[in-house]
Amino acid sequence: MHINIILAGVGGQGILSIAAVIGRAALQSNLTIRQTEVHGMSQRGGAVQSHLRISDREIYSDLIAEGTAQMILSVEPHEALRYLPFLAPESRIITSIDPFVNVENYPAIEDILAELNRTNRPVLVNAAELAREAGNARTSNMVMLGAAAPYIGIATEQLESAIGELFHAKGPDIVDINIRAFRKGQELSQTQATEP
Amino acid sequence: MNKHLLLGAEAIALGALDAGISGVYAYPGTPSTEITEYIQKNSDAQEQPVRSSWSANEKTAYEAALGMSYAGKRSLVCMKHVGLNVAADAFINSAITGVNGGLVVAVADDPSMHSSQNEQDSRVYGKFAMLPVLEPSSQQDLYTATREAFDLSESVKLPVLLRLTTRLAHSRAGVERTLARMQNSLHALYAPERFVLIPQNARRQYNVLLGMQKELEKRSEQSWLNRLITGTGSRGVIAFGIAFNYTMEVRQTFGLDFPVLQIGQYPLPRKQVENFFTSCDTILVAEEGYPVYEELLRGYFGNQNIKGRMDGSLPRAGELNADIIASGLGIEPKAVMPVPDIVVQRPPALCKGCGHRDLYDALTAVMSSFREHHVFSDIGCYTLGALEPFNAIHTCVDMGASITMAKGAADAGLRPAVAVIGDSTFTHSGMTGLLDAINDRSPLTVIIADNDTTAMTGGQQSSATGSKLLDICRGLGVEEKHLRTIVPLKSHLEENMTVLKEEISYDGVSVVIAQRECIETAARKKRTKVAST
Repeated sequence: MHINIILAGVGGQGILSIAAVIGRAALQSNLTIRQTEVHGMSQRGGAVQSHLRISDREIYSDLIAEGTAQMILSVEPHEALRYLPFLAPESRIITSIDPFVNVENYPAIEDILAELNRTNRPVLVNAAELAREAGNARTSNMVMLGAAAPYIGIATEQLESAIGELFHAKGPDIVDINIRAFRKGQELSQTQATEP
Repeated sequence: MNKHLLLGAEAIALGALDAGISGVYAYPGTPSTEITEYIQKNSDAQEQPVRSSWSANEKTAYEAALGMSYAGKRSLVCMKHVGLNVAADAFINSAITGVNGGLVVAVADDPSMHSSQNEQDSRVYGKFAMLPVLEPSSQQDLYTATREAFDLSESVKLPVLLRLTTRLAHSRAGVERTLARMQNSLHALYAPERFVLIPQNARRQYNVLLGMQKELEKRSEQSWLNRLITGTGSRGVIAFGIAFNYTMEVRQTFGLDFPVLQIGQYPLPRKQVENFFTSCDTILVAEEGYPVYEELLRGYFGNQNIKGRMDGSLPRAGELNADIIASGLGIEPKAVMPVPDIVVQRPPALCKGCGHRDLYDALTAVMSSFREHHVFSDIGCYTLGALEPFNAIHTCVDMGASITMAKGAADAGLRPAVAVIGDSTFTHSGMTGLLDAINDRSPLTVIIADNDTTAMTGGQQSSATGSKLLDICRGLGVEEKHLRTIVPLKSHLEENMTVLKEEISYDGVSVVIAQRECIETAARKKRTKVAST
């Protein structure tokens, strides 16, 4: 088992929570993990990324080399495109299609979707809508984690138990909403995978 | 699960706690902040207790850590690379006095300048001070090396510099803990011959330090942080610190078997390096940071068999990665997908609703009425005022330089001379500059953007805010009628402009404090309040 994931988004969108869940689940599964984060100046509404590497053997580099990521998991469609050079051949983008517009020259969403559709079988997720259905618009990140779940190689139960641990302090309601969001994303992803 | 998922910075914190420190001293600075924050939040540390609140700046932090060591207890002091410039006086001289309780200084460098104004390499400081330097390459090694650094410090009676860089500081991995040990008991050292650095003592102590160098080299030779990864072929890599990770990654990815000499403890282990040199024809020197040891190994007239940052095999500036190391070893890069043309930059920006925005709106409007409209500024969130759409500030050099540079410009005849500085930066090293201006009666307006926190690094406690800042200004000698406060809000634009215009027009030292809490910390407080009710 060896997977490199580029996590992408904008500061404040909760990609570090995604990383934290996968990280906990990986440790519980006795896997090796490396996961970089961005702190400091770039966080303020800027583009943020996290390199997440999970393996059953030793991992040396904290950073993913170009052309070797098995997945770009993004909570923002434009940000997914920024890291295309990292994507390995035959690998896919899993991204939310909800734009986060905080710059004037943000490209047209149709152009972004066209670029995304040019990549290998992308999983495009209406994350905000599913998050609202789950009970809280702020759980888009867990919807996206769910959408990625079938491709990560860690058991669903491990991921869900890690969600439980991460949100434990915020009470059982918050845990439930986040698990629901996760399942909605997972369901959508599985449906898309079975489509021709 | 007996592994903890920790940032490199946090691994240092846990290593230090388990080594039995009695205190951590620090001023926040990316990428070092999380070391101290981890200790502040750790329940064991709170129980013991381990003293951990923020210091006013890196120099006060370092000196307090040295004092704790003098008293016989172990102390950790943390800062970012440029913070070591501030603490340098204490740092260099503590190598002359030596220590009593273990003293470890953890310095996080920021190659590629993700959140900094330069990419200086702290290993140069380590050499300069002639102290042992540790540079582990993984989170687990950081934990273990930090623990052992305290033993090393107490054994050689010197401070130990622990150097790491952004990637390791801000990357998580599983870390296994070993049993925590007790703190030292109080046993202050009565040794004026060591600690009173008058010339006759300093000369003797300096000779002691010089005499220690052979011993330090011996420790490096024996250190597990320096080791040979055997291989085949006549080309080898000397990989320093985190460069080891990228080198091993290349070896693994491409199925190569070249020998690697990993360096994680300085001074250089001379024998190991010598042996490596005799076994290889060409050597790539991979260092994260300056080509400090490449330059040394090349010698003044150059050694053509050494490759690295100085001959273009690796880029001279910026952090390394596996792709760069591969290219340095002559491996052709494979074709990758390009970034689509439609992708635009998303630069960091002041938050929506941030008080700095309203301060800059008022200030820029006022400054536009003057022929010269230079604004000297400083380091913090408000530095983002240099970018579009504000373009409101025109300098940012080092902590506190806004006030002193504005003073110098005023001395040169520049009118008006305006400085913008945050509350935390003001207490870090702005206060002394303001005293200079008052003593000189320089025509200068200092605007203190008081958002009640150290915001850029994530909202740490600031040394003085609100009324305490006013008291400091009064105490330094700012006249009461030229010490004004405003509230940077859109609805106050007109009156704020009036205040700023009056004070900027005043031919003497004036201070305007713009008081409004950071919206991020305000929101965080609200969330915690809701959660606790």
